[in-house]
Amino acid sequence: MDLSILWFWIIAFMFIGYFVLDGFDFGVGMSLPFLGRDDTDRRVLINTIGPVWDLNETWVIVAGASLFAAFPEWYATMFSGFYLPLLLILVALILRGVSFEYRHQRPESSWKKWFDGLIIVGSAVPALLWGVAFANVVRGVKLDANHDYIGTLFDLLNPYALLGGITTLLLFFVHGVVFVSLKTEGDIRVRARKLATKAQIVTIVAAATFLAWTTLAYGTVASAIFAALAAALLIASFLANLRGAERLAFGLMAGTIGLVVLTLFSSLFPDVMPASNDPANSLTIANASSSTYTLGVISWTALISMPVILLYQGWTYWVFRKRIGRAHIDLAVH
Amino acid sequence: MNDWLDPLLLARWQFGLTTMYHFLFVPLTIGMALTVAIFQSAWVRTDKAKYLQLTHFFGKIFLINVAMGVVTGIVQEFQFGMNWSDYSRFVGDVFGAPLAFEGIVAFFLEATFIGLWIFGWDKLPKKIHLATIWMTVAGSITSAYFILAANAFMQNPIAYTINEEKGRAELTSIWELLTNPIAVAAFPHTIFACFMVSGGLIISVAAWHLYRNQHLDTMRPALKFGLWMMVIAGVLTTLAGDQLGLVMVDAQPMKMAAAEALYHTATGANASFSVFTLGTPDGVHELFSVRVPYLLSFLSTHTLDGTVEGINNLQAQYVTLYGPGDYTPTIWITYWAFRWMIGLGLAHMLVAVVGLWLTRGGQSPKRTWVWKVAIWSFPMSLLAMSVGWVFTEMGRQPWLVFGLMRTADGVSPGVTGVEILISLIVFTVLYGILAVVEFKLILKAVQNGPDDAPVQDAESGDRKHTVTVY
Repeated sequence: MDLSILWFWIIAFMFIGYFVLDGFDFGVGMSLPFLGRDDTDRRVLINTIGPVWDLNETWVIVAGASLFAAFPEWYATMFSGFYLPLLLILVALILRGVSFEYRHQRPESSWKKWFDGLIIVGSAVPALLWGVAFANVVRGVKLDANHDYIGTLFDLLNPYALLGGITTLLLFFVHGVVFVSLKTEGDIRVRARKLATKAQIVTIVAAATFLAWTTLAYGTVASAIFAALAAALLIASFLANLRGAERLAFGLMAGTIGLVVLTLFSSLFPDVMPASNDPANSLTIANASSSTYTLGVISWTALISMPVILLYQGWTYWVFRKRIGRAHIDLAVH
Repeated sequence: MNDWLDPLLLARWQFGLTTMYHFLFVPLTIGMALTVAIFQSAWVRTDKAKYLQLTHFFGKIFLINVAMGVVTGIVQEFQFGMNWSDYSRFVGDVFGAPLAFEGIVAFFLEATFIGLWIFGWDKLPKKIHLATIWMTVAGSITSAYFILAANAFMQNPIAYTINEEKGRAELTSIWELLTNPIAVAAFPHTIFACFMVSGGLIISVAAWHLYRNQHLDTMRPALKFGLWMMVIAGVLTTLAGDQLGLVMVDAQPMKMAAAEALYHTATGANASFSVFTLGTPDGVHELFSVRVPYLLSFLSTHTLDGTVEGINNLQAQYVTLYGPGDYTPTIWITYWAFRWMIGLGLAHMLVAVVGLWLTRGGQSPKRTWVWKVAIWSFPMSLLAMSVGWVFTEMGRQPWLVFGLMRTADGVSPGVTGVEILISLIVFTVLYGILAVVEFKLILKAVQNGPDDAPVQDAESGDRKHTVTVY
């Protein structure tokens, strides 16, 4: 197989890793106003992702760097073209990250409220905007002959892309709430399950519409299969959550998110950033990728490193496998 | 277009601002990870409570920093594409590989094991838990190598060929790229300087408490440790810096000439090093100068009768090579940054040596000014590190990739001045606020001092809070 095609799917894999992992961090962050009745509850919620949010977020750094190395043109066009949305994502990720660490540094409730608010916004904004960005990539944007984005900010805020954003926002929200039901004990676990049921109904409607739109407007045979599977897994997750099968419900949500990403990438293939104004200006796997030598070098690195990485990241999740509840929160320290 | 909306100027300001800011947390993270790992190793070995107290105490300061280092790092990873898209297109095939290595090999390691370390106190056996902080150290140091290798390509481009059809540089040898002489020399210089910064932090913190005659059990050994760390790392930074200087003269003679504001090629005694100069900002006219003969020759060639090329000579050569243009960096910045880096570095090494002498045999200096000077170790070392980075990056100008691409040609053509102005303002305000919060939190953690009755070990009872740190 051509290495550039391999790397197209490795990039897809990295964004799947990012959205599946940081996706539930976003969801947990967004669930604070719904599930966190008091400070102890909110601390339980934040502590469910405490040991892992940093490594989950690292997936986007690695995805970005891999994009730079494997598809410099794609990286350059997408990141400069989506300048202001990416700025917002960066600001949100900065605020969310420091809030986790700053929140517990002082006991005053006004201090904690500030950082609770920043965690909520810092989780919701990327959850929404990543969907908007990727939907726009699939939809196509205006590019000049140098592959520079020549549309405006408002071109990015079209109905299809906004629906894409709402879909990822809801998917990550549900993913996080199901994660809470899997990782907590007591009252909050029960409430998380009930909230997940309600949110999943809305999510199924939004995601089904978005997947159908993607399939009809930009789909291929492969993407249609992925879209159908994504919808099926989402419904299965809804049923699993209803029956209280938390682990299964979470696994199915992870599968749903992975399949949504695959739907988008297979719609895109073999383009990486189609030009909506003139197909001649489109970025494709062929014209956006690095040289065979460079792709070979990073392929070896990824091939050797990825199994080790998945092993130690898996081990981390195993170390922190136990549920936590209000009893684990030491009220003596803030 | 209005001058103040010039995308190039704004993008440069933003890159400079965000990089300098990020680079405050990088040396701290690298250096503090190592010191925390050493304290914890001492605890695991000796089982003495004071080492555990020190681990927790400096661990807390370390963690307040890590979050900032991580989140400001994402900006760096995105910024090449956002603001420097033509640069990314031109060098991505070469420059992207070390960045991808950094992410895949180093960042994952660092981010995963730091989480295990923070939350794993009660979950992991003592020695495995100790190993997690050492893995974090390994990750942070490895990441430094790859990013310096990437940067070295900008200073001294090698291991590439130009693909005319695609209009870009393409990698020809990853091994050659990663063993760029500039990277090999810059790595020890930078890493040891990071250890100086953490040594400086420990000296400052310990001196602050000892001056107040409190936490003596922990702060006395901490001070000793910080002083030794500073001296040893200082000597190694100096030696590595000397090597880097030699390689730099070879690869970027203009940078050395700009460091000395040397306009005319000089040999032997004339190749003098000016410690201090009063003159016009461009360095052309000199009113007063304190000079050490032969020193510049020695620094540049390791001989006393060496020849150091001057700016005028190099400028003329570059015009022949690259066409008409100004190939001189901003002299007053390179000249003074170079001096402040060396001066501050040597000054706080001196502070550390004097400190070791004054505290020999467990003595404690009575004079208050001694402590007051020691407390300034940390800001001094951090400033030295920052101006060092300013020097190496400003000395590369007007090139983005030396000899291949000018900074002006790398900026994103599709991003408007207004957009960059927005992001520049957003980052300035956001980073400014966070700096204030961060500074206050660190100050508070420092002033609270170590916990006098630290939690002993995992077996000894009901310690729920270490599994729910936040």
